[in-house]
Amino acid sequence: MGAGANRQRDKAQGTRDKGREPIISAIGPVAALLLACAFFASQSDRFLSAQNFSLILQQVVVIGVIAIGQTLVVLTAGIDLSCGMVMALGSIVMSKAAVELGMSPGAAIVGGVMITVAFGFLNGALVTLVRLPSFIVTLGTLNIAFAITQIYSESQTVSGLPDGMLVLGDTFRAGNAAVTYGTVLMLTLYGLVWLALRETAVGRHVYAVGNNAEAARLMGISTTRLILGVYTFAGLMYGIAALLAVARTGVGDPQAGQTDNLDSITAVVLGGTSLFGGRGVILGSLVGALIVGVFRNGLTLMGVASVYQILITGVLVILAVATDQVSRRRSLR
Amino acid sequence: MTPTDTRTPVLQARGLVKRYGHVTALDGVDLDLLPGEILAVIGDNGAGKSTLVKALSGALVPDGGEIRVDGRVVKFRGPGDARREGIETVYQDLAVAPAMTVAENLFLGREIRKAGLLGSMFRLLDKKRMLADAAAHMDSLQIGIASMRQPVESLSGGQRQAVAVARSAFARHVVIMDEPTAALGVKESRMVLDLIRRVRDKGLPVIFISHNMPHVFDVADRIHIARLGKRVAVVSPREISMADAVAIMTGAI
Amino acid sequence: MVMALLAAAPAYPQPQPVIGLITKTETNPFFVKMREGAAETAKAKGARLMTAAGRFDGDNASQVTAIENMVAAGAKAILITPSETKAIVPAIRKARAAGVMVIALDAPTEPQDATDALFATDNFKAGLLIGQYAKAAMAGKPAKIATLDLAPGITVGQLRHDGFLRGFGIKEGDPGIVCSADTQGDQAKGQTAMENCLQRAADINVVYTINEPAAAGAYRALRAAGRDKSVVLVSVDGGCAGVRNVKAGVIAATSQQYPLKMASLGVEAAVEYAKSGKKASGTIDTGVTLITDKPMKAVDSKDTTFGMDGCWGK
Repeated sequence: MGAGANRQRDKAQGTRDKGREPIISAIGPVAALLLACAFFASQSDRFLSAQNFSLILQQVVVIGVIAIGQTLVVLTAGIDLSCGMVMALGSIVMSKAAVELGMSPGAAIVGGVMITVAFGFLNGALVTLVRLPSFIVTLGTLNIAFAITQIYSESQTVSGLPDGMLVLGDTFRAGNAAVTYGTVLMLTLYGLVWLALRETAVGRHVYAVGNNAEAARLMGISTTRLILGVYTFAGLMYGIAALLAVARTGVGDPQAGQTDNLDSITAVVLGGTSLFGGRGVILGSLVGALIVGVFRNGLTLMGVASVYQILITGVLVILAVATDQVSRRRSLR
Repeated sequence: MTPTDTRTPVLQARGLVKRYGHVTALDGVDLDLLPGEILAVIGDNGAGKSTLVKALSGALVPDGGEIRVDGRVVKFRGPGDARREGIETVYQDLAVAPAMTVAENLFLGREIRKAGLLGSMFRLLDKKRMLADAAAHMDSLQIGIASMRQPVESLSGGQRQAVAVARSAFARHVVIMDEPTAALGVKESRMVLDLIRRVRDKGLPVIFISHNMPHVFDVADRIHIARLGKRVAVVSPREISMADAVAIMTGAI
Repeated sequence: MVMALLAAAPAYPQPQPVIGLITKTETNPFFVKMREGAAETAKAKGARLMTAAGRFDGDNASQVTAIENMVAAGAKAILITPSETKAIVPAIRKARAAGVMVIALDAPTEPQDATDALFATDNFKAGLLIGQYAKAAMAGKPAKIATLDLAPGITVGQLRHDGFLRGFGIKEGDPGIVCSADTQGDQAKGQTAMENCLQRAADINVVYTINEPAAAGAYRALRAAGRDKSVVLVSVDGGCAGVRNVKAGVIAATSQQYPLKMASLGVEAAVEYAKSGKKASGTIDTGVTLITDKPMKAVDSKDTTFGMDGCWGK
């Protein structure tokens, strides 16, 4: 009687509520990307070409991979402001190791990545063991990484890198376009992390910790280990991004990455992930990065001044967060 | 007081102590949970009920005393240890992840992996099986939530409570509930009390804390009365009146 | 009570005048060279140099604090490369009111007379020279120009850009300018800007860049598109890495600036003020030289050997 009637009512309501919220937060960014592409295609006949899209992908590769790390951190309700500087440090370490210390490209790359992973671990340790807010921790490590980079490199760009380090910048032909191996690596990483988040227990635990950390703890999940792991993995992503940056520009640039923290957060937000943690789809961050890249490319093709890119990005961020909030409130009614 | 039972308690606490600075929340408290029973824990504010439950569920580590499961001494360093002993808890604030689905919450911390290499090496989840098991489980408890794929935050308060109780009903050994009917209306409370009985009927002993005397006297087999961090009495609802129970609780008797 | 004590204190001659140097950032090689030049001159002239810097380009707050600290420490003169040319003015005015001479280095404040003097590169001239060079290098061929600029609203970027246009003989909005994009002076962003501009107009044959890192990035994009040999790429700065790029044929010509000269002239002026009370005034152009290995008759230049001699950085 009671349970039966409840079940009938819930069945009706259930089919209404069931998929709405996640669908909107997944479709929104993609819709925005498609709309933007449609718009720019109408404004310039050079936009809609395989070569141009390949170019845009190459341009977002570094931010794209940094955004993987950032998304994971944000999913646990944290934020990583140090990502760009850690990446720059990684690229300086690996390029100096190859050029000045004469290490083989492979060893140099591993060395650089080890440094970024160490910074990721440091961030995670300060957040979990010393219990400091991630905003503060990563603000501190941002400055530490920056200073070390400048001191070690004497603020000089490192050039003359061995070809072995630049492989990810090499291209292969796919139809009409020249695609870099770096692009393929970025897409692969996104695919793997997406799978892990969706199809493994650890992935679920990331969402649980971000959504309700105390609940996760009470269910026996080691939140300390999980958060530590997330920040350390993010450090690994920044190391790979460092290699991609080096492969793209051909140099180790100590001034690189200074705006990457805000740019990666922009990609994450545009992709529909909530800064409060526990909600979001990692592929959204790729879409978010692409949205920024498409606007930058499209506006240049249209001959529009760069300052408008900045304006539009700001408007998009607010729209993204507002849409997400509105759709969530509606699905709760 | 009830005559002593000679069966081995499923869960037993002796002399548990917990201090927070100058405040002593548990002052050498004892507890016995017998097989197949519903044990209600009642007490005034500050009697240490919630703290006791948290010590038994591993959510906090007591400063002194011992806990035994089936007569074995155990030490819980975290909630995971208690869960591994087959003790599941429904916390006062439910401890659910609101953005996650019913099925995901039911299996939180005990996710099922796919068979074979996919499960052991790649650690992939068997989502189909979890969905099916979740639906079957809810059916067996007669909980009327249609879709296991709904995010928990879209459910009503009573339904959310039902999910939290259902999750605890996966327990192998003991179910503990902290104020399961506190935030609910009459109809929903009725539903949760029926649920508690069904859990007990499955063979799981239940400890539940409550402020609500009518609810306590409705479902409990025995009542553990807590006062000032100690156990002052264990009574049977059939042998004592509500008024007397309250009097013991407040120290009047 | 305190003021009376101070007034009664014997005024003995300061053996070493204290001079402050505040740069935009600590580690940029441009400012490192400035500090080196200032330190050398200070040592030679028997002055004590205090240095400070902002944490990033645009960090006004740190520079304000540095001015206040240096005035309190008894500096007679402060040399500053202002990060925010308007926002720094109140702090400078206060320092001058306290009898400290303030000289702007590298970039003017807004208004320029907020400081006693300006020792700087004529950034407009820097742009002008490379504009003239590019025009001559094109030898009458129709030009498709891309300008890779700094960022909206920054004076240095605007001056160099405008100078380039004037030197090339065109005005803003000329149809010959087929693309303009911002780079923030960053190499990776320069590369992206050039790639996008090439998408817009594949036949770009003149590229103006705000500085040498942006030029290096632009070159990489040009080479990937196979256009590196058919484009005249010009830049400003004269850092040693940039001059090496001119030598390597990456950059056709660059306008070299002299941060060392700015700093040492500044220190000399400060010492003079400390000694005789004579303040520096007006604008001193510390010079800009066009560096190229492919000289054009229409505009004076020096070769890369000269450039390497006077370059800053490593």
